[in-house]
Amino acid sequence: MIAQKDSISPGSSLRAGGPAGPEADQHCPNETFVLNLGPQHPAAHGVLRVLMTMDGEWIKRAEPVIGYIHRMHEKMGENRTWAKFLPNTSRIDYLSAMHYTHAFVGAVERAAKIEVPPRAEYIRVITSELNRISSHMVWWGALLLDLGGFTPILYAFDDREKILDLLEGLCGARLTYCYYRFGGLYNDVDDTFLNGTREFVQHMQPRLKMYRDLVTDNIILRKRLTAIGGISAELCRKYGATGPVIRGSGVAYDVRRAEPYSVYSRFEFKIPVYPESDSMARYLVRMDEMEQSLRIIGQALDQLPEGPVMGKVPRVLKLPPGDTCYAVEAARGRFMVRIVSDGKEVPYRVKLRTPSFSNLSLYEEASKGMILPDALAMMGSLDLVIPDIDR
Amino acid sequence: MNPSLEQLTEQFTGLVGANGPAGTPIVAGLAEAGPGSATAATPVGAAVAAPAAATGALAPAAPPPLSPVQTVNHALKGYDFDATVAPDQVAAAAGILDASGFSLDTVTGVDWIAQDQMEVVYDYFHPTAPLRAVVRTRIPRANPELPTILHVFPGANWHERETHDFFGIRFLGHPNLKPFLLPEDADFHPLRKDYQP
Repeated sequence: MIAQKDSISPGSSLRAGGPAGPEADQHCPNETFVLNLGPQHPAAHGVLRVLMTMDGEWIKRAEPVIGYIHRMHEKMGENRTWAKFLPNTSRIDYLSAMHYTHAFVGAVERAAKIEVPPRAEYIRVITSELNRISSHMVWWGALLLDLGGFTPILYAFDDREKILDLLEGLCGARLTYCYYRFGGLYNDVDDTFLNGTREFVQHMQPRLKMYRDLVTDNIILRKRLTAIGGISAELCRKYGATGPVIRGSGVAYDVRRAEPYSVYSRFEFKIPVYPESDSMARYLVRMDEMEQSLRIIGQALDQLPEGPVMGKVPRVLKLPPGDTCYAVEAARGRFMVRIVSDGKEVPYRVKLRTPSFSNLSLYEEASKGMILPDALAMMGSLDLVIPDIDR
Repeated sequence: MNPSLEQLTEQFTGLVGANGPAGTPIVAGLAEAGPGSATAATPVGAAVAAPAAATGALAPAAPPPLSPVQTVNHALKGYDFDATVAPDQVAAAAGILDASGFSLDTVTGVDWIAQDQMEVVYDYFHPTAPLRAVVRTRIPRANPELPTILHVFPGANWHERETHDFFGIRFLGHPNLKPFLLPEDADFHPLRKDYQP
């Protein structure tokens, strides 16, 4: 029994004392209890439930229990036409809706061989990167809220509001955009959007610097995240973790580079990578990524070509039989749509491969032996969106 | 070192043999719909008894001979490599891709009710090389069973559980095939084509 205890290592070298030693054993000899976190809990984002077998303050096993907001999007895909399924895609990960719509229209365009005008692809890149920043701002505010810092989320939502206003002006929706259409876009951008986006880039650059000075370099934040919540690159590979999680483990995997889609190959941007593999590395990846997104938006605005925003699309869309995949780099990682058509107007099968599902699946292995508050900080650094896991 | 498509083709041809997986007759359907033959493939809705006759009737130009292991144009299909293996070879296939540094993307099913088969599709991506691989297999619909691959990729645990939820496909050796996304007392499989709510 004591050997079992020894197998638990403290999640952090910063914690004094470490796990229960021989003296502690005399007080509570090998006693574990189950802590039910969620599905309604302020520290678990959304309706995630985690059954934690605890040894005092240390986690022996943390088993995520999911499905509380499962809506069976994949079945819905099989009983409506391709176009009617389009609004569903923005409701899977509601913080990253542009990317998800992009993957679905991309898959259909690839299968039906629909040409998309260059102007539409550039606007897709601009809006996708704006969406990435707004998504990361929610993550940033929520993570700091978890860690006990209330003020940053007010700043984050101030910045995010500017993006939501810009995108609302384009397509009417603030969150669940259905702006991309097969073959192009719902409508063209106007000067209000273009000037507003330029202003936003100007506004955001000093804001990111301020966040770095005030929050990222804050000693309390560093102590909560540095050298805690290690996820090795091998663990990421075995579980299929992507996005900032794998980039925080030193692997420069980004779908925008690995499988270039849209017009991403025409822009210069860096893929932020931190080899430390801890919660802080994942934090820094996202903070740097926002700067790169601003860079991409600036280049896309400068190069934005004139022309139509809608290609030629058949009125009744029937895809040739066969399967087609399309992957995008969403805010949380690799999102892939696999569509199977049997030549009819209605999809035969729509598979949605979501990043949060794979990113959470390694939680049980990664959280072993961690202290509870550190495990919650690590959960925050994974940036989970529960409807994205449950679909 | 990153793998090349030639290496993968060689290793998979060694695995499945030149004539394709033994024991599982490949019925004309989507598994064979390669880049060139995508438009010539048989519509799946029609029940196909004799694949050769059916494809011949539909396509005036005979489709190229179909290989169980083929490289695919990524710009057309979204993946680079496509292999059809026998159900008992999925773990060996996962082993080959694991040794080449691939990562598991997802596992899912497709219900080919007209052919009385279930297709199980394994998607892989490579974290450092621009390569996407697809491994597929077909199992009889009446007895949808095949081995698990979670000893190779522990991440397959959740994907296989989800596939069991939606299709009722049993992964032999999986420790926990209880309902996952569905309610805990669910005894139905909603993505089966004959599912009635």
